[in-house]
Amino acid sequence: MMQNKSTEITVGMFVAAGIVALFMLAMKVSNFSEFNDDSGYQVTAEFENIGGLKVRSPVTMAGVRVGRVSDISLSSDTYNAVVTLSLYNNFDVIPTDTAASIYTAGLLGEQYIGLEAGAEEEFLQNGDVIDLTQPALVLEQVIGQFLFSKAEGDE
Amino acid sequence: MIETIRSLGRWGLGTFERLGRGHLFLFRTLAGVPEIFLRLSLLVHQLFSVGVLSVFLILISGLFVGMVLGLQGYNTLVDFGAEESLGVLVSLSLVRELGPVVSALLFAGRAGSALTAEIGLMKSTEQLSGMEMMAVDPIHRVIAPRFLAGLISMPLLAALFSAVGIFGGFLVGHGLLGVDDGAFWSQMQVKTDWYDDVLNGVIKSIVFGFVVTWIALFEGYDATPTSEGVGRATTRTVVHSAFAILGLDFVLTALMFGEG
Repeated sequence: MMQNKSTEITVGMFVAAGIVALFMLAMKVSNFSEFNDDSGYQVTAEFENIGGLKVRSPVTMAGVRVGRVSDISLSSDTYNAVVTLSLYNNFDVIPTDTAASIYTAGLLGEQYIGLEAGAEEEFLQNGDVIDLTQPALVLEQVIGQFLFSKAEGDE
Repeated sequence: MIETIRSLGRWGLGTFERLGRGHLFLFRTLAGVPEIFLRLSLLVHQLFSVGVLSVFLILISGLFVGMVLGLQGYNTLVDFGAEESLGVLVSLSLVRELGPVVSALLFAGRAGSALTAEIGLMKSTEQLSGMEMMAVDPIHRVIAPRFLAGLISMPLLAALFSAVGIFGGFLVGHGLLGVDDGAFWSQMQVKTDWYDDVLNGVIKSIVFGFVVTWIALFEGYDATPTSEGVGRATTRTVVHSAFAILGLDFVLTALMFGEG
């Protein structure tokens, strides 16, 4: 009986330790905790070119993370990319004339959306559209333009 | 010439027969699984010998694997000035690959071989036939609890391995090499995805647990009932498990992470 009891206790400890390890992987290691505050509000923005932006890329304002990209699709009228941003509820005082640009973190890092606050008195609400957008910087295009202007300047 | 072809045919038939027997064995085992819930003490006992007794090995190996990853990763990353990404490197390689695979290999060596030897010895000492004489189905009474115990233990062990490994990587990275601890954890959290990385790793370890326990139990059940036969069956368990784990790992990785 004693033997049986200690077996059960150690098995219980083993199962608990395994679950704690999984919990730690969820909370401490992965971004699982972010999925809980899914209650943010949705705003869309149209970009000419989104470069390497992906779903779940961060949305920041002055470097502070205020949301993430929740959906990317292609507009069939303008052939622009329509990006849906999911902004956290505690950042609900973002002016309606805010500008959204796509930046790259570091020289080769992943791309994210940076918001610059406007001066409007009204704030963005669920379903609103951000009109002022700036497309991603595609390095090949920039180099191409640079070479072109260089060649023009020589003449 | 004819003799060679004949032996080839015999080998092929034998292989397929064994495969067929293995699958029939699996179906009978699965059919016995629901009955375990009426006798949970059998399962608890097997969880102890399959899972708990492997914990120490898993913890020590995980810690050292994580520490080595930290050292090696740092040496490579420091060339690019990206040593803050050490946490990402350690966590992704452990959670996606090394956690499930290495712990499954260790599990096959530690618990799988013990299962095969135990069942094989039961068979050679005619304990299994004895049970059948008493109208107790050995598959339900002996095999099914062990199978379920292996299936439950494996993901828990893999999670322990990954968690301890990440801690080992942190110890080396922060304590020995001086990587900033805030950057270590925050970059890791940004880049490691719960569904794509952690859950896929858990799915992998469940698949490995299933396959390793199945192989181990079948080899024991199918062993030639002599001491030599049991010895050979134990060897086969470890070898076949290793093949199955590494082969399946490739297939699973291609399915999970292949489409970038």
